[in-house]
Amino acid sequence: MSEPHSATISVLVRNAPGVLVRVAGLIRRRGVNIHSLSVGPTEDPSTSRMTIVVDTAPERTELFAKQLRKLVEVLRATAIDGTPSVDRELALIKVNVTSGTRMEIMEIASVFRANIVDLTDRTMTIEVTGRTEKVDAILTLLARHGIREMARTGQVTLVRGPQNT
Amino acid sequence: MARQATVPLKPRAAPLKPRAAPRAGQVNGAQALVESLRREGVRIIFGVPGGASLPIYDALYDADPLRHILVRHEQVAVHAAVGYARASGRVGVCTATSGPGATNLVTGIADAIMDSVPIVAITGQVPREVIGNDAFQEADVTGITMPITKFNMLVMSASEIPQAVHQAFYLARTGRPGPVLVDIPRDVSQEMCVPEFTDEVTIPGYRPILEGAANQIAAAVKALAEAERPVICAGGGVIGSNASPELAALVDGTGIPVVLTLMGKGALDELHPRCLGMLGMHGSAYANWAVNGADVLLVVGARLDDRVTGRLEDFAPRARIIHVDIDPAEIGKNKPAHIPIVGDAKRVLAVMAAQARAPQIESWWRLITEWRVRHPFRYHQNDHRISAQYVCDMLNKVTGGRAVAVTDVGQHQMWMAQWYRPRAPRHFITSGGLGVMGFGFPAAMGAKFACPDETVVAVVGDGGFQMTLQDLATAVEHGVSLAIVVLNNGALGMVRQWQSMFYGGRFSASLLRNPDFARVAEAFGARGIRVERPEQVEGALRAALETEGVPCVVDVICDPAENVLPMIPSGQSVAEMILDE
Repeated sequence: MSEPHSATISVLVRNAPGVLVRVAGLIRRRGVNIHSLSVGPTEDPSTSRMTIVVDTAPERTELFAKQLRKLVEVLRATAIDGTPSVDRELALIKVNVTSGTRMEIMEIASVFRANIVDLTDRTMTIEVTGRTEKVDAILTLLARHGIREMARTGQVTLVRGPQNT
Repeated sequence: MARQATVPLKPRAAPLKPRAAPRAGQVNGAQALVESLRREGVRIIFGVPGGASLPIYDALYDADPLRHILVRHEQVAVHAAVGYARASGRVGVCTATSGPGATNLVTGIADAIMDSVPIVAITGQVPREVIGNDAFQEADVTGITMPITKFNMLVMSASEIPQAVHQAFYLARTGRPGPVLVDIPRDVSQEMCVPEFTDEVTIPGYRPILEGAANQIAAAVKALAEAERPVICAGGGVIGSNASPELAALVDGTGIPVVLTLMGKGALDELHPRCLGMLGMHGSAYANWAVNGADVLLVVGARLDDRVTGRLEDFAPRARIIHVDIDPAEIGKNKPAHIPIVGDAKRVLAVMAAQARAPQIESWWRLITEWRVRHPFRYHQNDHRISAQYVCDMLNKVTGGRAVAVTDVGQHQMWMAQWYRPRAPRHFITSGGLGVMGFGFPAAMGAKFACPDETVVAVVGDGGFQMTLQDLATAVEHGVSLAIVVLNNGALGMVRQWQSMFYGGRFSASLLRNPDFARVAEAFGARGIRVERPEQVEGALRAALETEGVPCVVDVICDPAENVLPMIPSGQSVAEMILDE
């Protein structure tokens, strides 16, 4: 079997009690690590979309989608592998600042088109949106200033164009 | 042996006193549940009552013709429901109270999902206002059973009960069958409601695919017609979808050899000349060699688990694989399929049988026949120690393969799989996927309740029998005619076999000091026969099978050194098969 890689599975579910646990539990008990899982309502208030990123061998990804489709509350499950898609993640990053580093951090934020959403004399909180790689990149640059706290949403994904995800 | 006099029951119960006068048509949730079960055609429920399910039991008190069988342990209730379902094809039903009652169902529910058995488990739950509060006898049963049920639900109002029960039965028996659990808080069972019963069921996202794709079926038919060394591998799905007549039609039309998985035993009459019996770890050498040499392998209703395949790369290495399953997630799970067909086995096989053309396979059959003659199953019965295989062989002869044989798990299970040749589907019942010790006797009891006119025989080991034998009391109480054959080798035999073959003969915790099972049986009010000499075996089996009105336990003292062979060691291939020579 080939090397594990990050695979994205988009799952459309009925809003029912326990559905998040069913979906996450199914993946967990197949022995696969969930890299990120994000969930929120869709255009139809009775359904939610979960975007799940797992570390798995490419040939297993479609199998996960098939197994997820067996869950009674799952309406659709799509392995996104290879399909052109829009992937985004949001992160809030709180870094240490001093009067000497403030300008440099603002420059970094500006290059990444990130917003500064909070500022004190000792901290700055930056909101960044983009592909996971972009979030990772700004984090690397900010790391040497000392990241005090961080929250990331995990990836959300939609397939490009008129095709359904 | 004198039967205990029946204690007069039914002291006049006080009438139910609802707090407010009931409106017309009002019943409580438990009564709605009982009516819902009746509408699903349920005749028997196996269970044990408790605090959280008392309202349900109160409603069952006068629920004729719905029969409740009080068992002595909830594990027996669920195994009996599985045996009932597998013998009859109907949905089996069991019930337990909250907390420990429900957790005692867990093993049997896991068995049902592994073997795709349609059962509905109804559990009591603590009242709504204390859920999540660590109340007395509370357990998060829907959480606990989430990975081992096809679906489960916690019902939060009495008016939802009819729809919930109808959905549960629909989900249990359609598509790939499986267990469904319905958890009902005590106060929901007591809540008054005007139930609305419906035959409709709408579950968005649940649409089993029944018809196989026509082009794929055509491709499969072509591949089989052009094959030189084709084999059909039939699994439990053939039995679950009642597809045996269609399988026989395909086999008769093409002459292709058939191997059966453990769960598929009886899918084809095992005396059919095309039937090679069981394949896999303890299957026949010729069945395994046939699959190993096949150029086209049609797998139907089997999930190709590791006991069947051994090392995956070496399983059917030269074959184009056609895989038919109602569960799309099974196709390609372990072994990639060249021609995948998602659909119900009965419908797919019917189309295949109608279109099939016979391949030219005389030389293939010559080879298989040679293997079959040279390497049959064999055992040695001498004058003093009873060979367990001799007992299985004798049981097959005495019943002609026409009894419903139910086994426990271990060496005796494999010997029965090798020697018992059921003539029809639903005549060989065993815990295949989960391999539950303690399954055999309760499942046999359930099978007998389902098919009272059939001869039912449980074959158990001395280890497994002791895990659920307390329910001899239940079988005696209900006058169940059931032969229970204990292949008693004083050991956890399969553990002992592995220790002798792979752990240098260090028999760590595998030897048992047993009670006298015949006397145990008599203490319960059943009949008991102890068999110590080979010449007593046949008579004892006949006597047990003919015993009416009570179970009969035959304690057969067997040779402790006997091993199950052939054997393909775990994770290896046909080339590493250990033969009995």
